[in-house]
Amino acid sequence: MLIAAIIALGVGTYAMRLGGVLLRGRLKLSDTVQRVLAMAAAALLAALAGTAALMAGTDFAGVARPAGVLVGGILAWRKAPFVVVVLAAAATAALLRLAGVP
Amino acid sequence: MRTLQRTGGADQALLRDAVTIAAAMVAVGASFGAIAIAYGLPVWVPFLMSTVVFAGGSQFLAVGLLAAGNPLAAVFAGLLLNARHLPFGLAVGDALGPRLSERMIASHVLTDEVAAFTLAEPDPVRRRRVYLIIGATLFTSWNIGTALGVLLGGATGNPDALGLDAAFPAALLALIMPSLRDRTTRKVALTGAAIAVLLTPVLPAGLPVICALAGLLTLVRPHSRRKERTC
Repeated sequence: MLIAAIIALGVGTYAMRLGGVLLRGRLKLSDTVQRVLAMAAAALLAALAGTAALMAGTDFAGVARPAGVLVGGILAWRKAPFVVVVLAAAATAALLRLAGVP
Repeated sequence: MRTLQRTGGADQALLRDAVTIAAAMVAVGASFGAIAIAYGLPVWVPFLMSTVVFAGGSQFLAVGLLAAGNPLAAVFAGLLLNARHLPFGLAVGDALGPRLSERMIASHVLTDEVAAFTLAEPDPVRRRRVYLIIGATLFTSWNIGTALGVLLGGATGNPDALGLDAAFPAALLALIMPSLRDRTTRKVALTGAAIAVLLTPVLPAGLPVICALAGLLTLVRPHSRRKERTC
């Protein structure tokens, strides 16, 4: 049962990945639709970032994590290199926790 | 000291970014491997999941439900969480190569981070390279991490202590930042993100992020915006 569940989850996930990719190949998309698709992906990624930054399960994530993401976000807005953004976000959250901030 | 060609420089920058995210993936993969073993699941479970499923969030969710003896819930909750890969496939599908065999192989490594890196590359010719390099790097690092976690167990430590829970959302933000500089995209994305955050306490995991697509309704002209926001 364990192996069947994992295979089912893997196959289902792969089907959704491949489904989107193949659908894209089949459709002749206008420039407008392509632009909307890119915006849809940006909305999904922003939602992932937002929920991962602010929420832990169904609860608020505390202070350290959102603060770290905020520092990273400001640096990204100011066009800091990717490495700097990621390290600054992690360091901020880690140091706040070290100082006892939840 | 080294001298660089122009294209070599772009690849070098890409590799540096890939290594950054890969290092974080190793650490989080290790915590996944360690947690799966701590739950008392067989050793092959985390390995099979990290190769066959290869979607971090759903793996963490599924091991918990599998350990609780609820395999059906693990499959459904995991699939719901991974449904976003379909629109990601639609958005980046042209970057996976022209041949069906190529697309069938490359599709397996499509994740949030791969989609974000690919969409952040403005040059359509380079997109394929970005997709494949980031996809291969993340698949490798996630599986190395999983193996380390299984081998070392609790000794891998808590990734939250290193602030890695803040690193991943910040990485996604950095990758979508160029598209957020466009005013229309920013409105769509921020509206979607706000909807997802507000719905997170009341909807099962996965659905709030899908509901972020309702941010596209901001594209409808204000005077004709009569449609109800449903999801």
